[in-house]
Amino acid sequence: MKLKQLSVFLENKPGRLMHPCKVLADAGIDILTLCMADTEKFGILRLIVQDWRGAQKVLETAGCVVNVTDVLALEIPDRPGGLMGILTILEPSQLNIEYMYAFTLKFGKNAVMIVRFDDPDRAIKVLHDNGVRVLKAVTFYECA
Amino acid sequence: MPHATPIHPDSYADFLTRDELARIQLHRLQNIVALSYAKVELFRRRMQATGVKPEDIRSLADVARLPFTEKSDLRDTYPYGLFACPMQDVVRLHASSGTTGKPIVVGYTREDMKVWTSVMVRTLSAAGFHKGDIVQNCFGYGLFTGGLGAHYGAEALGATVIPISGGNTERQLMVMQDFGVTCICSTPSYFLHLIETIEASSRGFKDLKLRAGVFGAEPWTEGMRQRIEERSGIKAYDIYGLSEIIGPGVATECSCQCGLHVFEDHFLMEIVDPKTGRLMPDGEEGELVLTTLSKQAIPMIRYRTHDITSIIPEPCVCGRTLRRIRRISHRSDDMMIIRGVNVFPSQIEAALLKVEQTLPHYQILLTRKEGLDQIEVQVEVTEEMFRDRVSALEQLEKKLTHAIEHVVGLRIEVRLVEPKTIERSQGKAKRVVDQRKEGSAS
Repeated sequence: MKLKQLSVFLENKPGRLMHPCKVLADAGIDILTLCMADTEKFGILRLIVQDWRGAQKVLETAGCVVNVTDVLALEIPDRPGGLMGILTILEPSQLNIEYMYAFTLKFGKNAVMIVRFDDPDRAIKVLHDNGVRVLKAVTFYECA
Repeated sequence: MPHATPIHPDSYADFLTRDELARIQLHRLQNIVALSYAKVELFRRRMQATGVKPEDIRSLADVARLPFTEKSDLRDTYPYGLFACPMQDVVRLHASSGTTGKPIVVGYTREDMKVWTSVMVRTLSAAGFHKGDIVQNCFGYGLFTGGLGAHYGAEALGATVIPISGGNTERQLMVMQDFGVTCICSTPSYFLHLIETIEASSRGFKDLKLRAGVFGAEPWTEGMRQRIEERSGIKAYDIYGLSEIIGPGVATECSCQCGLHVFEDHFLMEIVDPKTGRLMPDGEEGELVLTTLSKQAIPMIRYRTHDITSIIPEPCVCGRTLRRIRRISHRSDDMMIIRGVNVFPSQIEAALLKVEQTLPHYQILLTRKEGLDQIEVQVEVTEEMFRDRVSALEQLEKKLTHAIEHVVGLRIEVRLVEPKTIERSQGKAKRVVDQRKEGSAS
């Protein structure tokens, strides 16, 4: 159920994003989706790739600091109020969403959001109990 | 003597003949060496090791036979090991940051306070301050010698002192305008900040009575002086001092603004080769070594300031017979002076170690902006430190900043950088990168 996300530390300077991207390109690793978190001084590049172990290895060999985090890929109806429905389900559970970003492709008629919860395992249970589909890694990679 | 106002009686000592001065210097030198020998164990042991006795000091040139004193001697004998008088005679203590988190402690007897006040009177007089002036003293009050040193001097001069200390810029500007301030004491960096704030406000300088300022406690350049004078319309004077010797009041510029007159009747100066310790001829650049000639609580014999300068041999047109040194250009050790605070790389290292347990690769970056030294500590992010959350990294930056502030006593910007981006030379990282090339010397 959980997807592995790679986080890479970047300084907030022009050209810094090139380095990890080139490393992955040279290794023939396809980035399925990504997001950048940035502050005035530094940034965190968050990546979803299928071969996360391979990607981690090449990135670390190239001198990047990499962190592996569990995230969930949620299937969300692609219509007004779709995300709202999920948040309404989560609200009583007191689960904290640390951040989320959208997946670029659709899964059937639904959108896919990548969500980082403070407690991914409990989040899976809450979402399941309420009929929200959390994509299995293999399903996610297939649709990508 | 080109003085617009009558000089303060204390300043007469600025105009002694060189012969008179030399007589006073030798008499005082002999006394201070005898006192140190009798009362300061470290000094006595060093003298005994070289076989030189106090009575061997027969001329001023004999000072070269005495052992040097280093900042580390103050640290090693912390807190009172170099004091030459009983504690009951000490009326004041000051302290500056040391390299290990323990400060360096200096003391003053009542007589020392008179000397300190007097040299500050002469300092401020040389900068044209006089009775009737309203002096805004932005030097920090407290353990730092700047605030109280300037305060006592200005008060003894007969000026009105506003002991405002640093910070709270809005209030500083209100006071400057409403109280009719004519003179200011400040670090150049803080005064520049005040200038910028005044320029940004609708008020401007035309409503102010500010006429002159003495600036010190951190290195600044001739270019910086020009900027200050052009933008604020005041006369800006460089002053020099250090806690170990007395605080502010060791040397000062006069109206000529060409070198700093050393108060040689209280401080004997030598310029030595920083590597060999050998005396340099007048005019040549070297390390300033100072011997306090009158201080009773903590006499300093041949104190290595690590400040690099040179003696200006020609007499000054102001008429003062006190010899001048050139503006301090740089230092012979790794000490940095940032906003008036002494900072050693080893302090920063100790602070980083405290937070992370293991020492990350780090680098201290020195730059110069508008003629003033800026410092930033760059820390390479390691696997152990790196977290996926922005807040966790910001927390780490805060923790590092706080740890450094705790040891150094100064807020220094910490920047997390990517691994392997800090240059290593022979496997060892270069700890201090000095990019202060632009206009570094005056």
